[in-house]
Amino acid sequence: MESLKFGIAQERRFCFKGSTRQWDYSSMADTPARVERPLSPHLQIYRLTFTFLMSGFHRVTGIVTYFGFFLVVWWLLAAAAGPNDYAWVQWFMSTWIGRLILLGFSWGLIHHSLGGIRHLIWDTGHGFEPHEREWLARATLIGSISLTLLAWIIGGFVMGGLR
Amino acid sequence: MKSIRTPRALAAGLGAARSGTDHWWEQRLTSIALVPLVFAGIVIVMSIVGRNHAAAVQILGSPIVAIIMLLFIFATTLHMKLGAQSVIEDYIHSKPMKTALLVGNSFLCVVLWLACTFAILKLSFGV
Repeated sequence: MESLKFGIAQERRFCFKGSTRQWDYSSMADTPARVERPLSPHLQIYRLTFTFLMSGFHRVTGIVTYFGFFLVVWWLLAAAAGPNDYAWVQWFMSTWIGRLILLGFSWGLIHHSLGGIRHLIWDTGHGFEPHEREWLARATLIGSISLTLLAWIIGGFVMGGLR
Repeated sequence: MKSIRTPRALAAGLGAARSGTDHWWEQRLTSIALVPLVFAGIVIVMSIVGRNHAAAVQILGSPIVAIIMLLFIFATTLHMKLGAQSVIEDYIHSKPMKTALLVGNSFLCVVLWLACTFAILKLSFGV
């Protein structure tokens, strides 16, 4: 009777978390009830794949453009404040570091937008097949680079923003 | 089938709170809105970059551009708030730090929204 009670108690203890594993109770008497539970995989454990990189890059571009938006705020406030303040924005955007930041911001914004469209496609339940995921990840990267270049060619050379 | 609602909930007759998926849904709504707005915003910025202050003010203050920019700013700052909230909740495990960052993120996004909106309205009304 004592052992039966003990067995039920153990059973309850280990079934409580909803585990489907088969537990070995043979050594329970002399070892403390410490079980190696499976850990959910960490970043370091996953095999590095292109889709995994692009998934991470979506979040990275989200964080980067969060801070990039400060440029938009500064630019709009300066325009509202007057010509003297606006001259500072124009000066900064004409320096190499300013242009590099602007290039990175515009690429990040376009990449995050295309990545977002990818997520919206997934939200409809489509695009989950391996070849489709690969294709979408490639299209996002190639699309973001080409659209950024296109925007800079049109804005910089055709419309004269970089002159 | 037996209802899983509690007797109290049945008596009150209110049903589910209908607010559990707010974060997810608003993130989607703003991202759908931002697909055209981001590209419109880039075109507007590109059309202004090479010009002087007077031209920038004139473009930003014109009704269509101002309305597009106001929509872009609203959707962006809300999307930023929701996105950064997810990132903070995922990676910051210290409770005081997490709470502080979540509060800071919410406040910052409202400030950014208000600052941009004020600037656009000032340019539009020319006060």
